[in-house]
Amino acid sequence: MSLKILAVDDSRTMRILIQSALSEAGFEVDVAEDGVHGLEVLGGIAPDVIITDINMPRMDGFGFIEAVRATEKNRTTPILTLTTESAPEMKARARNAGATGWIVKPFDKEKLVSVIRRVAA
Amino acid sequence: MSMDDLRVTFFQECEELLEALEFGLLEINEGGGDDDTLNAVFRAVHSIKGGAGAFGLDDLVRFAHKFETTLDEVRAGRLENAPAVLKTFLRSSDILADLVRAAQEGTEVPPGPVEEVLAELETHLPTEEAAEDEEEDDFQPLGLDFDFDLGGDDDDAGPPVSGPDVWTIAFKPRRTLYERGNETVLLFRALAELGELSVTCDESALPALDAMEPGEAYLGWTARLATEAEEGDIREIFEFVEDDCDLTIALAAPEAEAEPEPTPEPVEIEPLAALEAEAPPAEPEPAAEPEPARAEAVAPKAKAEAPKATVRVELDRVERLINLVGELVINQSVLSQQVFDAGIAANSEVATTIDVFKQLTRDIQEGVMAIRAQPVKSLFQRMSRIVREASGATGKTVRLVTEGENTEVDKTVVERLSDPLTHMIRNSVDHGLESPEKREAAGKPAEGIVHLSAQHRSGRVVIEITDDGAGIDRPRVRQIAVEKGLIAEDAVLSDSEIDNLLFMPGFSTASEVSNLSGRGVGMDVVKRAIQSLGGRISIVSEPGKGSTFTISLPLTLAVLDGIVVEIGEETTVIPLTNVVETLKPTAEQLHSMGNGARVVRVRGDFVPVVDVGYELGFRDKAEGLDDKVVLLTESEGGSRSALVIDAIQDQRQVVIKGLQDNYGTVHGVAAATILGDGRIALILDVDSLVASATKTKTDPDHSLAMAG
Repeated sequence: MSLKILAVDDSRTMRILIQSALSEAGFEVDVAEDGVHGLEVLGGIAPDVIITDINMPRMDGFGFIEAVRATEKNRTTPILTLTTESAPEMKARARNAGATGWIVKPFDKEKLVSVIRRVAA
Repeated sequence: MSMDDLRVTFFQECEELLEALEFGLLEINEGGGDDDTLNAVFRAVHSIKGGAGAFGLDDLVRFAHKFETTLDEVRAGRLENAPAVLKTFLRSSDILADLVRAAQEGTEVPPGPVEEVLAELETHLPTEEAAEDEEEDDFQPLGLDFDFDLGGDDDDAGPPVSGPDVWTIAFKPRRTLYERGNETVLLFRALAELGELSVTCDESALPALDAMEPGEAYLGWTARLATEAEEGDIREIFEFVEDDCDLTIALAAPEAEAEPEPTPEPVEIEPLAALEAEAPPAEPEPAAEPEPARAEAVAPKAKAEAPKATVRVELDRVERLINLVGELVINQSVLSQQVFDAGIAANSEVATTIDVFKQLTRDIQEGVMAIRAQPVKSLFQRMSRIVREASGATGKTVRLVTEGENTEVDKTVVERLSDPLTHMIRNSVDHGLESPEKREAAGKPAEGIVHLSAQHRSGRVVIEITDDGAGIDRPRVRQIAVEKGLIAEDAVLSDSEIDNLLFMPGFSTASEVSNLSGRGVGMDVVKRAIQSLGGRISIVSEPGKGSTFTISLPLTLAVLDGIVVEIGEETTVIPLTNVVETLKPTAEQLHSMGNGARVVRVRGDFVPVVDVGYELGFRDKAEGLDDKVVLLTESEGGSRSALVIDAIQDQRQVVIKGLQDNYGTVHGVAAATILGDGRIALILDVDSLVASATKTKTDPDHSLAMAG
């Protein structure tokens, strides 16, 4: 069974980029435009891995991760943050919010896929 | 989706982001805007950087990164949003736009201004931030950092060992590891992919069942891994968990299979121990503390208004739809005509249904046209940049005031208006406005104002560019025109005719080519561009007070309301927008001038007569006007003419079918259309018709034609 991924990013380019990279790898991909939208989408699906951007309108990645972790359903779903912020304090914040890991943009496809496989149960 | 398509998407998104960026900055600049605005600005730059990174656009990434870092300073409250800072941001957004465009077109941006603005951004950064930034400038995926460790290990191992190294990995997760969604078994699975793995589990910490807490981590593992992989590869697997566990990774002595007890080499442990010592502060125990703070931050954002739902459609599809609707309109009029020809009474049911059909067709058409309609806002925003650049280049302080930004026009019109408008705005700043000293001497505020407005006026869009400069220097314009041989030295010209000399090919008022407007493009090119959009341009100037350029454009390029008229044997269409009124003049109203010119007196005004049939060669000159009809038309400049036609047939909407591709520009003819009965009719270009008619007839007396 193929892995189901939810990708949350406010940039259309990024969404398409992630989607095409992951579909190519045989994953099923859903996308959302920001944290609020992400939570909405999450109501209807049960992804194996969630990928989220940090800087987003309405609800940012930190808020989104916390909100996801607060739900029983996704308490331990792996969440990867996808961000250009490679600074240590950004990672620490993401981890504090409950992120599983991080991917630094720009990512290469193989690395993205291998990281997803690494965290996906 | 191919990489090329993705690029297209990326650059489309960049356009939107740049627009949002500029809009946000301008809002802040005008004293408006809140945290959300600043965040949106930040995100715009951030997203451009992110996308640019994906496409390897290094110049763009480098600039966006510095821009973003400086913006972040403001966002974090460490840098004040002073006017000087904002000015830098506005300049940065201009440069960013340049870089995006250059990346899109595959050209280079001259490094000078880029470096200049980068340096300017730098001045707003605290020094250590700037230094740290340098380091971080190149975005590399994290994995690369680890490769260095090997050097030391190799020394220990002596000459490169053939065969796999054996690593000992001691791993004791803490509960946070699981809370963050990581999983031990996956880590070992990944390790197993690197080589031969054996794992032993340490259950010693496991409490009795009744004392066990489900979320707690009690187990530890020791793994031996024989692999060709390097330490970096192993560490990468633990990348996400290294702060959530006790981890030691050490090279077991080569050929040390006999050594059952994993005794890690002291050299390796030390740096790790140091790392661990750092780890605890980062541990996220006080989960209660950040939560409320963040909840606060999220709440107001959630309130921010959601963007209107939109659908993205390829332009081709819209075009196809518009074409089809055009055909539908024609088909509908054919049907109406046939029903009429069949002699069906106007009050019959069929006729009523046809009327409803007609109305529906019109509604559909309007609806389809509205898809292509776009507010001129984006266009106007671009102009504020032009003004900034122009004021920088000329040393004049200029303020751009815009009005009617939400006026909607066809997308093509908006796009093709960009170049002419840019040129005119530059002209206004460069030639229109005086230097601050001159302005003050003339009793004006030093800051010049360029006013850009858009509005709908009787089915057209009117765009006005007004400056409060010195107005057109008519003696000088005249002199230049004479020097360039555009007019005879003794020509008698009215003020408005002199002003219109600016639009003549080969005219340029700047005596030396300034580095701004003098780019080899004259107002004649502007005029042609506007005309190709079915628009007209006119100029009004008052010495000492300034000039106004008025552009009038059709809302759409596809249909127009016209009056169907008969001239000789021909049926033609005259755009309704040109026509002010229709009349049947009496013989007393008609007056002959010398040299064959005639005027009609309309309520005290004398209006020159243009016999359309004669001008177009459809028939001989009409002597009397008894059996003729006169259409009173008004041009953009306000001058009126009386067009003589034979009869009015109908007033209806017609679909424009361009002639230019096949026939070039035909004087007096704007386009063609297909009528209800399937015949083709020419759509007349009233302005050019009138211009040529009055010119051929009244050379010495030309001014009279304008007097009407």
